[in-house]
Amino acid sequence: MSTPADRAQYGQNLLEIRGLRVAYGNSRRDAVEVVHGIDLSIRPGERLAVVGESGSGKSVTARAVLGLDTDASLSGSIRLGEHELTTLSRRRMRDIRGARIGLIFQDPLAALNPVMRVGWQIMQPLIIRGTGKREARQRGIDLLGRLGVRDAGARFDDYPHQFSGGMRQRVVIAIAVIAQPELLIADEPTTALDVRVQAQVLQLLDELARERGMAVMLITHDLGIVAGFAERVVVMRNGRVVEHGDVDSIYAAPKAEYTRGLLGAVPRLDSDPDRELATVAPDWDAS
Amino acid sequence: MTGRSEVLLEVDGLVQRYPGTRNAAVDDVSFQIRIGETLGLVGESGCGKSTTARCIAGLTRPTGGTVRLGTRDVLSASRSALKSLRRDMQMVFQDPYSSLNPRMTVADLVGEGLLVHGLRPERRARRDRVVELLDMVGLPASSLERRPRSFSGGQRQRIAIARALAVEPRLLICDEPVSSLDVSVQAQVLNLFKKLRTQLGLSMLFIAHDLAVVRYLCDQVAVMQSGRIVEIGSRDQVYGAPRHHYTRELLAAVPVPDPPVERERMRTFRISEEST
Ligand SMILES: Nc1ncnc2c1ncn2[C@@H]1O[C@H](COP(=O)(O)OP(=O)(O)OP(=O)(O)O)[C@@H](O)[C@H]1O
Ligand SMILES: Nc1ncnc2c1ncn2[C@@H]1O[C@H](COP(=O)(O)OP(=O)(O)OP(=O)(O)O)[C@@H](O)[C@H]1O
Ligand SMILES: [Mg+2]
Ligand SMILES: [Mg+2]
Repeated sequence: MSTPADRAQYGQNLLEIRGLRVAYGNSRRDAVEVVHGIDLSIRPGERLAVVGESGSGKSVTARAVLGLDTDASLSGSIRLGEHELTTLSRRRMRDIRGARIGLIFQDPLAALNPVMRVGWQIMQPLIIRGTGKREARQRGIDLLGRLGVRDAGARFDDYPHQFSGGMRQRVVIAIAVIAQPELLIADEPTTALDVRVQAQVLQLLDELARERGMAVMLITHDLGIVAGFAERVVVMRNGRVVEHGDVDSIYAAPKAEYTRGLLGAVPRLDSDPDRELATVAPDWDAS
Repeated sequence: MTGRSEVLLEVDGLVQRYPGTRNAAVDDVSFQIRIGETLGLVGESGCGKSTTARCIAGLTRPTGGTVRLGTRDVLSASRSALKSLRRDMQMVFQDPYSSLNPRMTVADLVGEGLLVHGLRPERRARRDRVVELLDMVGLPASSLERRPRSFSGGQRQRIAIARALAVEPRLLICDEPVSSLDVSVQAQVLNLFKKLRTQLGLSMLFIAHDLAVVRYLCDQVAVMQSGRIVEIGSRDQVYGAPRHHYTRELLAAVPVPDPPVERERMRTFRISEEST
């Protein structure tokens, strides 16, 4: 456990990524680099959005922070508080990750164990930390209810396949936040949710960020969500950060041509549906 | 569109009840889709959209109701009739991860239908067609020999779309096909869908949570809640003059890509939630 004093000593960032490169491949020779030296930082309690092109390295970066890919080779630095994560043993990494970072995977189905009841999976992070079963169950049901799952108590013992896409996504969110992590990495957490439930989930995350000082790294394609939720934005393309800044200035005056292109491609409720949507030309050779 | 074309898909009184559940997941759902028409299906998470799509595609047998494609009854189709129905009706699933066989290469995944239905028996011609399809969804030819695992979420979704379009279906059923795409690729896919509709008369059932996307693409919109369609009508009617309060609630919850406006909207949205 780190004290606030420890943290002050290592600067005020909770997560600090410097010059991160990620390559995939078994041998050094056939390795393909997909993230080419990015910088990114998050302060405690801060809400950061990472947006950008599909395939630009957002999920790869998130997985690198957690050391999830065995076939990825990393260079550069990833600091979480006082720990340098890139040089930690897998085992130490797992302990730190479990205690301090909550993760919502982009793929809610694969993240759940199909033969375990959803409630049991939600309770796990608490059980591991020694919370009693009865209390863990109650907190799990409360949380699932706050995430807008109807009859949360009655559905708590269902299996994942009995849940719809959006219900499974909320189970994954519950697992990630139930043990109150300092940092939540949320990779497309609301894609399967209707807009009302989405608003409810974002409000919950917003509350957790404000009340408990949980920092959030939100990866999303939805520029409407980013506008309402994030304080700062990082825009990625081809494994690089093309622009970062506070949310208002990026939307009001995007500097990178790519960011302007992205903002121009969003369909809006008040735009003319018969006009062809603008796109940004792909940049296949760049990576 | 000029005039009203022939009905392609007719769903009548569809009911799906899962064993051991209190309420039907799909409860008396009926609608039609005409040739060249796109119906958007929106609604609450868990209201039965995917179940409806799976029943239409013949992937699960509903408890009741009928589904017709042209003159053919989908639910009582023989095995051989089912094969041709499968070609005419393709589905892009909500989950691009588990719907692609991880052991197959992109070339095989996208080319499989061409082979199965004898559309491009010759290897070279098949490959050319696959490259063309990949290009349509914004993926380079260098993807051909790679396997799904090495692609990002949005790239996998595009592989699934190319795979579905390969056999030139008459009806494309899309369950959240663009929610994992960046807005530029999303725009590209939406423009592509519109083009296929006007050029080939492709019909679509389009399930999505993004109401701005649905408004952009769909001629007709159906709003579902708790297994039932609560409102169905033309795009202009549903967006311009929504009749059901649930439709109005949904429209009010759509995020606006403008930070000061959206922060304010979220703040007031919270108040309205508390007051209910
Ligand atoms: N296991 C892997 N092996 C090889 N290449 C990979 C692997 N995982 C991802 N990649 C490649 O790395 C690049 C970045 O992928 P990543 O999943 O981070 O994209 P993303 O920004 O999250 O995109 P999306 O918005 O579509 O989810 C992509 O070009 C992808 O093909
Ligand atoms: N195999 C199953 N067994 C029992 N119940 C199921 C099964 N599949 C779905 N359900 C239930 O049926 C209802 C409708 O699910 P469906 O997947 O059709 O919803 P959806 O509208 O697609 O939701 P989402 O937008 O979240 O994907 C849900 O309450 C779900 O829990
Ligand atoms: Mg991703
Ligand atoms: Mg669904």
